[in-house]
Amino acid sequence: MSKIWTICKRELSSYFDSLIAYVMIIVFLGLSGFFTWLYGNTVFLIGQADLGVFFGISYWTLFFFIPAITMRSLAEETRSGTIELLSTKAVTDWQIVVGKFLAALILVGIALVCTVPYYITVSTLGDIDHGAIWGGYFGLLLLSAGYISIGIFSSSTTNNQIVSFLMALFIGMFFQILFDILSSSFTGPIGTFFNFMSIRTHFESISRGVFDSRDFIFFLSIIFIGLTLAQTMLSRRNWQS
Amino acid sequence: MSIIVENLTKTYGHQKAVNDISFEVKTGEVVGFLGPNGAGKSTTMKMITCYMAPTSGDVRLDEHSIHNDSQDIKKKIGYLPENNPLYTDMPIIDYLRFCAEVQGVAKSNVSERIGKMVDLCGLEVERHKRIGELSKGYRQRVGLAQAMIHDPEVLILDEPTTGLDPNQIIEIRKLIKELGKEKTVILSSHILSEVEATCDRILIINRGRIVADGSSETLRHQAQGQELLTVQIEANKPSDVEKELLQLSTVATVSGIEGRDGFFQVQSKPETSSRKSVFDLCVKKKWYLMEMTGIETQLEDVFRELTN
Repeated sequence: MSKIWTICKRELSSYFDSLIAYVMIIVFLGLSGFFTWLYGNTVFLIGQADLGVFFGISYWTLFFFIPAITMRSLAEETRSGTIELLSTKAVTDWQIVVGKFLAALILVGIALVCTVPYYITVSTLGDIDHGAIWGGYFGLLLLSAGYISIGIFSSSTTNNQIVSFLMALFIGMFFQILFDILSSSFTGPIGTFFNFMSIRTHFESISRGVFDSRDFIFFLSIIFIGLTLAQTMLSRRNWQS
Repeated sequence: MSIIVENLTKTYGHQKAVNDISFEVKTGEVVGFLGPNGAGKSTTMKMITCYMAPTSGDVRLDEHSIHNDSQDIKKKIGYLPENNPLYTDMPIIDYLRFCAEVQGVAKSNVSERIGKMVDLCGLEVERHKRIGELSKGYRQRVGLAQAMIHDPEVLILDEPTTGLDPNQIIEIRKLIKELGKEKTVILSSHILSEVEATCDRILIINRGRIVADGSSETLRHQAQGQELLTVQIEANKPSDVEKELLQLSTVATVSGIEGRDGFFQVQSKPETSSRKSVFDLCVKKKWYLMEMTGIETQLEDVFRELTN
């Protein structure tokens, strides 16, 4: 565990040293703030004290931002050869992958914490459903975790950051929107299956403040499968011939 | 801590990068891998350091095998990979701290170890810089520092002196010799003089196989079949010299050296020396012996002969 934390700390400091972290937080706050307060269906237009607008926007901004955060994680290590240095130290491939996953998750967590003033502001405007707000934040965190693990897997397959970014977006696209579209054009078990595979279904359920074990199983499976595949890709040097 | 390599093989496609290599390195030995590019030196090192698994065969550090205890082995090895990859965006001290923590150095010892490495590798002047701002020589020192940060019993150094200037090379060699007193060191190089200067034992690797194994003297001795002498003799009748030399019982061939009057190359018969008889002959004939030099086989010759 302490090894994972050591790797995570290094990743985090590299995010903050290279300005990726600041740019990501500022642009995220700017975009979500703009659409929550200033433009389109803002909180004022809807006239209700809730943050549904913000969660709807973040659902999309995080989808695009997370691949940008994770594209570097393993691709850059492979390109520069530092992966050889790291994996010959006393850590397992799993610890490397999980460390990098946690670092990206903490970065997204920090960005989300920066939006707490929205919550405070809205709660002073009227009666607010606190459960739904916490559910929404929690949903965003789970959604981010899922995309981060997909991003880390994409990053493990290549040594090119751009390929890694596009691949993460491509895989993410299925969960983000394609399965949702497919589920409405099929009926019966296939429709149910696509509906279950869509992140939107689970995200909406959680952000309504409903805690259903199926939603957790869905997100945890994505995280686990993504990280396991990433670990497998890292270990491929062992049997590659 | 001794390293035992048994029948190590690594296949890439149809090509055997490392082909059934076996050897043993004892504690306190400094062993040099020597070989042309692509001979399998780095691949062997990568397998010893648990970076990749061999196709077949085993490496053991005392009782630990790479197949079962890779984590234990990694803890005991300090590794400097080829081309010395480093996190260029990190400050030196942070990087060394990261390496120490990953290698499981106790929290209370980390700062002390970092201090020691900074002293040992001469990083004091640059200690507040980022790795990316360092010159190649200093990066190499950081690479060595990270390899030794957890005080490993085994050091594996893949071309440790590439990119260094002559002064730095001498310093690093001195450091390796110093370390080699207590630790087991394997280093690779294609610079022969380097291996000769630092290593107790040399393994010459070619096309994935060990083609020679021994100290630099034994290797030279093996390659040197017959004694070869260069002599310069001043005689009244220079034309006689060659004929007379040939009549000595130990001499196999004599040839004049072109463009240099009075110089001859004398090759002795196997297992014999002609030094004394050449001298005696000169005394008898009242010639002046101006020069007599034994030509020693250089490690370069051994290397070229074995790897061509």
